[in-house]
Amino acid sequence: MTTASMTPVTKGPELNKRRRVYKPNAKYIPILATLGLLAIMYITGIANYDNFGDPSVFVNLFRDNAVLLVVAVGMTFVIITGGIDLSVGAVISLTTVLTATLLKGDWPPLVVLPAVLILGALIGAGQGAVIHFFKVEPFIATLAGLFLARGLALFINQQSIPIRNETWSAISDYRIELADGVVTKPNAIIAVLVVIIAAAVLAWTRFGRNVYAIGGSSDSALLMGLPVGRTRIVVYTISGFCAALGGVLYSINSTSGHALQGNGYELDAIAACVIGGVLLTGGAGYVWGTLLGVMVAGLITTIINFQGDLNAAWTRIVVGVLLFVFIVMQRLVTRKAK
Amino acid sequence: MGEQSPVLEMAGIRKVFPGVVALDGVDFRLFPGEVHALMGENGAGKSTLIKVLTGVYEIDGGEIKLGGAPVRISGPLQAQQAGVSTVYQEVNLCTNLSVAENIFIGREPRKFGRIQWGKMRRRAAELLTRLDLDLDVSAPLSSYSLAIQQMVAIARAIDIEARVLILDEPTSSLDTSEVEQLFRIMRRLKESGVAILFVSHFLDQIYEISDRLTVLRNGQLIGEYKTAEMPQVQLVEKMIGKELAALEDLEDKAQRNRERAAEAKPVLEAKGLGRTGAIAPYDLTIHAGEVVGLAGLLGSGRTELARLLFGADKADQGEIHLDGKPATLRDPQAAMKRGIAFSSENRRTEGIIGDLSVRENIILALQASRGWTRPIPRKKQDEIVDKYIKALQIRPADPERPVRNLSGGNQQKVLLARWLITEPKLLIIDEPTRGIDVGAKAEIQKLVAELSDGGMAVLFVSAELEEVLRLSHKIEVLRDRRLVEELENTAGVDADRIMQTIASGATS
Amino acid sequence: MNSIVKNRLFWPAVILVVLLVVNAFTSNQFITVQNGHLFGSLIDILRGSSALILVALGMTLVIATGGIDLSVGAVMAISGAVACLLIQDLPNQNAIGPVLGVVAVAIGVSLVMGLWNGSLVAIIGVQPIIATLILMVAGRGIAQLITDGQIINVQSGPYATIATGFFLGLPVAFLIAAAAVALILLLTRRTALGLLLESVGGSPTASRLAGIGARRITIMVYVVAGGFAGLAGLIYSANIKSADSISAGNLIELDAILAVVIGGTALIGGRFSIAGTVIGAILIQTLSVTVVAIGIPPEANLLFKAVVVVALCLSQSPDFRAKVFGRFKTRQAVAA
Repeated sequence: MTTASMTPVTKGPELNKRRRVYKPNAKYIPILATLGLLAIMYITGIANYDNFGDPSVFVNLFRDNAVLLVVAVGMTFVIITGGIDLSVGAVISLTTVLTATLLKGDWPPLVVLPAVLILGALIGAGQGAVIHFFKVEPFIATLAGLFLARGLALFINQQSIPIRNETWSAISDYRIELADGVVTKPNAIIAVLVVIIAAAVLAWTRFGRNVYAIGGSSDSALLMGLPVGRTRIVVYTISGFCAALGGVLYSINSTSGHALQGNGYELDAIAACVIGGVLLTGGAGYVWGTLLGVMVAGLITTIINFQGDLNAAWTRIVVGVLLFVFIVMQRLVTRKAK
Repeated sequence: MGEQSPVLEMAGIRKVFPGVVALDGVDFRLFPGEVHALMGENGAGKSTLIKVLTGVYEIDGGEIKLGGAPVRISGPLQAQQAGVSTVYQEVNLCTNLSVAENIFIGREPRKFGRIQWGKMRRRAAELLTRLDLDLDVSAPLSSYSLAIQQMVAIARAIDIEARVLILDEPTSSLDTSEVEQLFRIMRRLKESGVAILFVSHFLDQIYEISDRLTVLRNGQLIGEYKTAEMPQVQLVEKMIGKELAALEDLEDKAQRNRERAAEAKPVLEAKGLGRTGAIAPYDLTIHAGEVVGLAGLLGSGRTELARLLFGADKADQGEIHLDGKPATLRDPQAAMKRGIAFSSENRRTEGIIGDLSVRENIILALQASRGWTRPIPRKKQDEIVDKYIKALQIRPADPERPVRNLSGGNQQKVLLARWLITEPKLLIIDEPTRGIDVGAKAEIQKLVAELSDGGMAVLFVSAELEEVLRLSHKIEVLRDRRLVEELENTAGVDADRIMQTIASGATS
Repeated sequence: MNSIVKNRLFWPAVILVVLLVVNAFTSNQFITVQNGHLFGSLIDILRGSSALILVALGMTLVIATGGIDLSVGAVMAISGAVACLLIQDLPNQNAIGPVLGVVAVAIGVSLVMGLWNGSLVAIIGVQPIIATLILMVAGRGIAQLITDGQIINVQSGPYATIATGFFLGLPVAFLIAAAAVALILLLTRRTALGLLLESVGGSPTASRLAGIGARRITIMVYVVAGGFAGLAGLIYSANIKSADSISAGNLIELDAILAVVIGGTALIGGRFSIAGTVIGAILIQTLSVTVVAIGIPPEANLLFKAVVVVALCLSQSPDFRAKVFGRFKTRQAVAA
């Protein structure tokens, strides 16, 4: 431009203010929508069924969905980076089979537990490394991981293996009284702890913020000097670890190990994340949202149980319909906010 | 400055990509407390040199010295630690994170491993205040305009206590007052001894801010000069390696056609057309053979106005008449059927399809208007594409090359070709010359003039007033998402006159 | 560009040939003529892979637009259930006309399922993986509902022909798949559909501004994917002469996606390769057959498959080849 000595048109700050597009808490809207719908479902349940309002119904949601919760938390990390982990269900089965086999071979529980957890983390790290170093798409890398982990589980044993270890049985039978008449199991406590730790990590650590940055734009994150590769590998490691932990909880629950346990958990976990407002494109979402997503899935099952006369076919259809309702509602709410 | 030793010295830098020598023995030096402009056309090697310096690329030969000591920069993080901080042309921040996080990510203040959000926000606010920016630092970056995002990127770069600050076309999305603001900051940094490498396609900016300049061409060093001692024309010649007189007679041509255009029949008439929150209702008439320029600051509603005429956004009030008949433009397809073409300002996200070849990108709109059942025969495709590659001088002249591998200017030409083969009555082009080199810019301007001579109506949107003035018969001035004035581009109209309108918002 | 496509398909093709050679040596009959038909393990492979080829074809188009369809297995189950339910009620199960009518109805239902998926993606704007997850979950429930939780057996000669019959010496199922491949090749390469698909997959926004009806094209590919999945469901069900809502098409979506990726189509959309998908699908089927043929114990089946899949995926990663074999020392140029 030729006019070098131009007078500024407007003062800087004013100019900036005008440009600011106001979005009312846009990032919380999906979570709030899920929370609202969850409340509606809960109230509908109370209105329609006797004893639905009993606190233990709510508390049992955590006990019954502990495995899914733990796995979905790991999945949340992965999805926030814009990735996906299809291997978690298979890692669950590998973990239960391995745990049962080792315990049957009289390995001490204090060796078995860290061993299977480390194995899960290693599988995750391996997938992360393949994704990062060889630029294989996460969907494909973890699909291969799925085949590998389930293949290993089937190779070890195709039958269901009972767990008769005392420690496992003790944990399985242990009851924690939260209030009068309201009891829960260690699994639920562990799951809740995992949620809290994960939420803190994502909100308050550099690693957590790097996870969001990579999901926003991994190219930018790289140019800003963030450790993109390391973060990505760690994220898949966390997911693998959570899946293995989920497998341990599963084996405690069922006191058995079977290669078909955890089948389909990857999709349940992804669905829970999405219902909880974690965007599959990456960069947005909260562990709290995932928690709500798991609660929704759990509440659906609970309502179906209360209804009593629904068969397996209807259960699937109802889950599908509710998934649809949630997604469309969320979609409409989010769109309106924009 | 002479007795000082350079803070950065690059000698004999060589970088080879498969099939291309991007840098061939380039020397470059940077002294503390200077603004050094890196000049060259697109593809000259500027970006490569910068990426070498920031550790994105590893060099195949040569030596880099920082503060006199040889260094090997293996990644962006190492570059930052060595005191080299960069602001890229395309904003390279994470728009999903807050403003404060974007400034501090990777360097957040921590206590026992826990990020201190309060402290971080306070420091971010302080830093931005020093840059005369008043932002809500906890809002996501995506809620701010591109220009503000660019300023945040600059804030981040400044805060990294850099010895060397690289600004790779930071001004391409800034408006005049923001450029002034940036220059004030650059001068302040310069005084404190920071060495600044500055890249811009705006020659006036180069002359205003830089002390010295280095010219590259085709990956080779042409020379290093004092800016004050280098006449503009000579600089352009060094950059493109040939005499540039193409633009000289353009201005007269526009003048000559002005009367004829006014007599032509209107191609498009918009009456009270508007969209809530995007652009206030406006009236606009465009005649055949007329170039109508849209002037206004970034965010003044230029693009929004144009998009309504193409049905890219739906108008919620007013009406459009095409060739005198009322028309509803529900979507781009409807607009295309009525002979309107629109080339977006966002070349990469809304223009080219990077994976597809030059040929496929060129025929895309024509094919879309024919529908998928009536493919354009391959022979015909090749004919059309060859013709336009030649006519617009698209380089490289290889129709099967993926368009993502072309330079910005050539991608822009591909987009123009895409629309020209649909033979539109009205061509809307939004910022066709942004971020492209001088040579390509001149060619595109010339093309626009020729098209209007041939009877096509053109709506020309540009942030560069000079360009608008040069090409347009009529100029529409926008401010605050409102069309405030229509100016016949007569002898008395110049940049100052338009700036006044933008500043005061007055209408005659 | 041609050379890169060749490159990507090179290793899958090599592995396919190796597996076929292994088969030729281990099976007692690789290819022979009996009663005027071709027989042998090669023919078994072609026949067995036809369902996967069909599903993977539809998947290729969906993936080309940047989407994904997880519901194909459920659609297979629904289509088989519909067909068997209707055939069961036919007065004469061996009458060709009514059976063809039933087939048409089943495919019609599948097309509607595809329309549902496509509408969710293109009109409501739900992410494809989630949109199709809904039908994946609910679809099997619907199939179970249709069959009332039972396995419906049918005794229809014409119906069984779809899977086990021969025509001109070749398996009918394979001919159906081949016809589908030819149809898609014709549609995508002889019309402008391929270009528009790749454009929508490459950049939906830019495509819309270039005047492409991206919405209609997106819906169309899901409809096609649904139709092909329905056809595959018929082949599956005709093969076992019954409708099995639980195991019909179970996990076939993963195999299909794998076939597409092995065939050189990237999951992010854009460029796609029909030939690659066909090679990928046949390769996956050959793998399953070979595992049995060379006597790998059944418990190691999946493990073996996993190892080959990992090897294939790695072989297709340019970065893997560069880092492991060090063929290209320079890093890939990022478009400046």
